[in-house]
Amino acid sequence: MAVSLPDNPHVPQEAVVLERIQESRNMFTLRLRFADPGVQAGYSFEPGQFNMLYLYGVGEVPISIVSDPRDETVLDHTIREIGRVTKALGKLRVGDRIGVRGPYGHGWPLREAEQRDVVIITGGLGCAPVVSVINYILRRRERFGRLNIVQGVKHSADLIWKERYDRWRAVPNTHVFLTADEGASLWPWHVGLVTEIFDRLEYDRQRVIVMMCGPEGMMRAGVRLLREQGVSDTDIWLSMERNMQCAVGHCGHCQFGPAFVCKNGPVFRYSEIGWLFGTEGF
Amino acid sequence: MPDFLRRTDFQSLIDALRGAGYRCIGPQVREGAIVYDTVEQVEALPWGVTDQQAPGHYRLGRTEDRRCFAWATGPQALKPLVFRSRETLWSAARHADGTIAFTGATQRCEPVAVIGARACDLAALYIQDKHFLQDAYVDPGYRAAREALFLVAVHCTHPAATCFCASTGDGPRAAYGFDLALAELEDGYLIETLSEKGRTLVGELPTRPADAAEQRAADDAVEAAATQQSRTLPSRDLRHALFANLHHLRWQEVAERCLACGNCTSVCPTCFCSSESEVPALDGARTDHLREWDSCFTQQHSYISGWTLRANAARRYRQWLTHKLGSWHDQYGRSGCVGCGRCITWCPVGIDITEEAQTICGRVAAR
Repeated sequence: MAVSLPDNPHVPQEAVVLERIQESRNMFTLRLRFADPGVQAGYSFEPGQFNMLYLYGVGEVPISIVSDPRDETVLDHTIREIGRVTKALGKLRVGDRIGVRGPYGHGWPLREAEQRDVVIITGGLGCAPVVSVINYILRRRERFGRLNIVQGVKHSADLIWKERYDRWRAVPNTHVFLTADEGASLWPWHVGLVTEIFDRLEYDRQRVIVMMCGPEGMMRAGVRLLREQGVSDTDIWLSMERNMQCAVGHCGHCQFGPAFVCKNGPVFRYSEIGWLFGTEGF
Repeated sequence: MPDFLRRTDFQSLIDALRGAGYRCIGPQVREGAIVYDTVEQVEALPWGVTDQQAPGHYRLGRTEDRRCFAWATGPQALKPLVFRSRETLWSAARHADGTIAFTGATQRCEPVAVIGARACDLAALYIQDKHFLQDAYVDPGYRAAREALFLVAVHCTHPAATCFCASTGDGPRAAYGFDLALAELEDGYLIETLSEKGRTLVGELPTRPADAAEQRAADDAVEAAATQQSRTLPSRDLRHALFANLHHLRWQEVAERCLACGNCTSVCPTCFCSSESEVPALDGARTDHLREWDSCFTQQHSYISGWTLRANAARRYRQWLTHKLGSWHDQYGRSGCVGCGRCITWCPVGIDITEEAQTICGRVAAR
């Protein structure tokens, strides 16, 4: 997709908060629209890409885009209140203005996934960067094989978007697996690590694309199991997270060995980064 | 044969550059170090000054001969002229109705001529050009400053003990990236030109053709500057050797000496890390978004949503060295080290990149 670059890649565009949705105790979604209709009309993104969100006088933070790429009227960002900027973003109200620049990075390999089984594995808030992938596939269901959606959370209370999983589960040829490391008494799904349900996944290891997103420990364990099940390193894709200041490959913070996560990623083919993945300190 | 400009006519170079609209920047002694600053008269240059450098050591001294480039490197390279240590990227104003207006910083493009750029620093500039200009995203501030530069190189004849540009292949002779290059002799300067604007400028100077003896003297001085260097890196490409030794005990050992102060990354002519921050006005009506040099030795550099990826000096030193001498090859087609030796000189505890690389990589394939 051709993305026209502004003369100054650092400068945000003004956007309006249309809606603020409290997803869980410390997670919320901001539904945004660019203040300038021309900017909104010219904006497009691929599932897996991210924006830099800027709070006036506070700073910027990279957040993946969760809305449907086909919806040209709004941009959704789901955020966990964890640091200085995200906590302040959490105080925004409908009608407030922020800055947005993007989209940045490379998204998920959706073309490559066509005619194949798809396994989407996420942990924690990891689901956010792949919601738009799931929606993308469901809208073009016939182009893809079996769809496995796996979401693991630390505690069952952390699960957000329960109704979405229920909806996805009802789609033919689609399997949803939910796990919680600690489950409350009425948690109907698996209690334990997300990797413990891998033997229930339905896919042809010769014709599958796996997309993973979440804590690196979970992804490491996931990759190990998938390789044991015979999935090729070239068919496993990961979304990486690193500190980002500029999002345009200049500030140096997001380097992962030779890769700049902001511009070469955040989605990587495992065969390209596996040699360094999981090495503490990179 | 190059041109020759007599020492007594050296002022004509500054005058011609100023006449062409450039602010001239040249080496000068400030607070015990040689730094680049605005120069209008040749008297301001460091005549008869030399430098002694060693790990964690930098002192100026006097020499017998009357030269102004009889020293190796000061703490600054060309980097601060193009990738500024602190600059405003954009500003935002918030109006009473809550709307926000963003304005990109206006780019200064005052023409600047640098007198005395060294081969190592030209190599570093070439690398930073690749980083800031030759990718999908172009940095507008860097580009404006870069396009306004006129570069007068000087072939190095007085390497410091910390220099190893011969080992990295970047010096001591300036081979590319300049408009003019000077070779300093006892009574004047041989001048080579590489660019059209360089040739035009030399046309205004009271030069005569250099003779063979002068050319030979200049070549010998640069040749000697190469052979005087004793420090070396084990190879120009240490990518595989470094990444094969990520668990070498030396990382912990060097971390016990490293203060994680970031001096090395500040003086390094190729380090490009920066961080961004906000400076809101007191009344809240306006805020500036700043970019400042950052260092991979700081704790915040690797902060990710609530935790620090590189929590100790061993991880940070390893990140710096594996990037500088290793993954830089993947990113920019060459090592990120140009052999200027600044990180050795300005390290408060004298950590020597060549020694660390030798120890960690072993004496792999001689260059």
